[in-house]
Amino acid sequence: MRERTHTFEFDWWLLTIVMTICVVGLLEIYSSTHGNSLHGMQWRQLGWIGIGLVGMLVFSRIDYNALLDQAPILYLIGIAALVLVLAVGHTRFGARRWIVVGGVVLQVSELVKLIIIIVLARYFSEVRTERLTLTDLVKLGLLVGVPAVLILRQPDLGTALVLLPVAIVGAFLAGINWKHAVGVLALGALVAVVGWNGHFLKPYQKQRLATFVHPEESPHGAGYQILQSEIAVGSGGFWGKGFGKGSQNQLGFVPVRYSDFILAALAEEQGFFGVLISMLLYLALLLRLVDNAQKAKDRAGMYLVMGVAAILAFHVMVNAGMVIGYMPVTGIPLPFMSYGGSVTIFGFLALGLVMNVRMKRFVN
Amino acid sequence: MANWIGGDQKLPQGRLILVSYGIVLGIILLLLGFWKLQIIQSGHYSDLAEKNRVRSIPIIAPRGKMLDRNGRVIVDNYPSFSILLQRDDPKQIEKDLPKITAGLGITEDDLEQQLKDARGEPRFQPLVVKPEASNADIAFVESHRTDLPELELMMVQRRKYPPNGFLAHVIGYVGEVSPEQLEQQSGDRYKPGDIVGKAGLEREYNDILTGTDGMRRVIVNSVGKPVRTLDDTEPIPGKPIQLTIDYNLQAVAEEEMAGKVGALVALDPRTGEILAMVSHPTFDPNDFAVRIPTKEWRTLNDDPNKPMLDRAIQAQLAPGSVFKIIMTAAMLQSHVPPANFHVFCPGYAVFYGRVFHDWLAKGHGEVGLHHAIVDSCDVFFYNVGQQLGIDRISYYAKALGLGKRTGIDLPGEEPGLVPSSNWVERVYHHQWYPGSTISVAIGQGATEVTPIQLLRTVSGIAMGGVFYQPHLLKDLKPVKVMRFPLAEDTVKQITDGMYGVVNEGGTGVFALAALKKENLQNIGFCGKTGTAQVISTQKLDSMSVAQRRNYRYNTWFVGFAPKRNPEIAVVVLVQDSALEAGGSAAPLAARFVASYYQEKLGQPIQELEAAQTAPKNPVAPAPAAKVIPQGR
Repeated sequence: MRERTHTFEFDWWLLTIVMTICVVGLLEIYSSTHGNSLHGMQWRQLGWIGIGLVGMLVFSRIDYNALLDQAPILYLIGIAALVLVLAVGHTRFGARRWIVVGGVVLQVSELVKLIIIIVLARYFSEVRTERLTLTDLVKLGLLVGVPAVLILRQPDLGTALVLLPVAIVGAFLAGINWKHAVGVLALGALVAVVGWNGHFLKPYQKQRLATFVHPEESPHGAGYQILQSEIAVGSGGFWGKGFGKGSQNQLGFVPVRYSDFILAALAEEQGFFGVLISMLLYLALLLRLVDNAQKAKDRAGMYLVMGVAAILAFHVMVNAGMVIGYMPVTGIPLPFMSYGGSVTIFGFLALGLVMNVRMKRFVN
Repeated sequence: MANWIGGDQKLPQGRLILVSYGIVLGIILLLLGFWKLQIIQSGHYSDLAEKNRVRSIPIIAPRGKMLDRNGRVIVDNYPSFSILLQRDDPKQIEKDLPKITAGLGITEDDLEQQLKDARGEPRFQPLVVKPEASNADIAFVESHRTDLPELELMMVQRRKYPPNGFLAHVIGYVGEVSPEQLEQQSGDRYKPGDIVGKAGLEREYNDILTGTDGMRRVIVNSVGKPVRTLDDTEPIPGKPIQLTIDYNLQAVAEEEMAGKVGALVALDPRTGEILAMVSHPTFDPNDFAVRIPTKEWRTLNDDPNKPMLDRAIQAQLAPGSVFKIIMTAAMLQSHVPPANFHVFCPGYAVFYGRVFHDWLAKGHGEVGLHHAIVDSCDVFFYNVGQQLGIDRISYYAKALGLGKRTGIDLPGEEPGLVPSSNWVERVYHHQWYPGSTISVAIGQGATEVTPIQLLRTVSGIAMGGVFYQPHLLKDLKPVKVMRFPLAEDTVKQITDGMYGVVNEGGTGVFALAALKKENLQNIGFCGKTGTAQVISTQKLDSMSVAQRRNYRYNTWFVGFAPKRNPEIAVVVLVQDSALEAGGSAAPLAARFVASYYQEKLGQPIQELEAAQTAPKNPVAPAPAAKVIPQGR
């Protein structure tokens, strides 16, 4: 039964949803880039999806218990990689986020996201009490804090923040004293204030956050991106301007319209209808992940799946919120839809973990 | 392998359900956000998107031409290119600044200043960095399309004015609309960078001359480069205007006034149509057609000869003896003193205990009105003035058109000044000194007139008291007419006297000599000379005879022809002339009038010959050395 059920216990529904999102993304990448020097990006994205699918297949075959076993080592590898990237990393767009491995440029922080999911899943599953104690919370803070600070140094505020929902959702599921929750919130606020006034944020990061609060003050400066994105979304109307006909998109007003702002391009060309379909697809994806978590054989599996769900949900919320001006521009792509090798591969590898948990549910 | 499956494996199902509620809530909130933008505010954002996409590039409408009275083109247009700088990307501009300034031959300071000045304007509005691009500039822009995409070419229609400052003060010039004009305009007719008339007829008839700019709507990409043209709205060219100016006569007038400081205006007394109008020194309005460098502008403004001043309508000077025409009219109309009034002129007269000299020290002897006009006897008019009194003089001077604007269709006309007892009390807060009346009687004192005023007044008197509004637009409607009917006898006496000035050996005798040269001595040319001192009598008194020789005059001549029902009237003002009016302004006016008749009779105008062969220096200003001329 064990060996036979593996492939059949694949979550085909989940895969179907994700592949639909991928196709929507490919079409919109094509629409956004076919008319200029970027044309052909959809094929490269298709390549990333292919690699991601293979990676997912491989990951689903590795027993997640074995991964949890190696959690401390993985954690150390992750930290080492982050230090390495800061030391010898490849600078692009003014940030050191990439290292070149065998000719392939990898964004290390994506790898760290996976590692944090695994590490926190093990950490939470080791908690035997009904609620997290204060010591547990401090440990949790350190576990997440060290890589988060290292990612911040790259600097990549967005990805550093991505680590938080894994911890938050995990803590919620593990049970948390509401007094502790309030304390953590207060501490977070304190850190935010100190971080803002200290010299932890790069000027452009501060600018982006300030712009987020007052976009109209700099219509051609930092607020330009948000404004152009909002114009694209708003001018789309209900039915959209049609495939390949969005002026904001086609004329390049929408910033990085094939990647971080792909939802703005989609909103312009496919309208609210297209956005509704996309959002329902993501809702289906996330609920399907929760469903998988509910059916997990053990807590560790549940935490793994919910870690993935937390990160993907965070991506969707922040990205879509950014496109309509509800969230600051932090460079967080829309998983499976935005163009990008690292994020796409991360997504599929994360799905691989989920499949792994699912396939193990009847194994005893 | 450690068993992570151990322990309490009950999953927190309740919390998982709570998490999924959270997810649903989050997605709903996002959808509400999209709904707000895409449905509720869709119109607003559609407008913004449309503006983003479509950029309107103006197609400049050419201004109307200016034609002379015979349809000859005086002011034309020619196509030219302006170089625009798109300001969408300040960082890029900052980087490219040295390259742009070097390539276009402009200074970095100037461009930076321009960029600074334009900071308040919307970013999508390009900046004209080089109004008239040379072929080299155009080549530079074309060859740097890829690395300097912020530079663009725009076709414009440029004004082409006659060379050498021909008719410059009348035509005026155009320039970029000033911030003040933008603020003061009622509608939104002008936008920054628009070209409008700044002076002269360009300004007066700007509304006729200005067309309506067309518009080219182009789709642009995010860096502002046009991708495709949507549609063109053709510009509506400005309407041409026909002037009353006669090109040939204007050329003669320009030639006659060349090298002098002063003005010449000629008009048709029957209509008020101005045939020629010159103010010298002049300037080249072509320098203004393109943006004038600050330095050049300053040079023009600081020139002590004031080339920008339109002396024909803006020079306010004492009329000198020309004022005796007004005195005569006042005397004959009011019968004070009676028409047969005679005085004995010993070369001076004493009023209120002060000696007033005649310009002719030996005196004119027994003088009646006709003789007094012909020889410009000061003593005769001193007496007339004393008897009339300042307020009666003032009344007639104003009634005949002095002391107020003529209403010529040019901006910036000065009103001149006619003193009166009221005026002195109002301005100087003291009573009128009766002695001042004596000076006013011969056109000195506080009286100030402009050439155009004097011309209109004399023309109107010659017409029997009908004063037409001098004008430059051929079909100006309505032409305003001021009437102050004069008695038949008044007109006859004045015109007879002015005829005598030229034809009976009076102060205008050199005018007759000039007419005889062209065999036109029988046209019935009438006129009156006037000479006003540039420095005060006291100063002159203190000079040696040799110094007085260098002393200079403002000389006037106002004349018309023929004696009855004149068809041409001319005023000549020569400032700082070494010659008195009879020697400089009179023959000049005569030569001009001769040209008028030659053209009318179909003879070729020998403007150059006439100017060169005419006696330039017939006499030295001998009288000035001997007497203190009060007016002549």
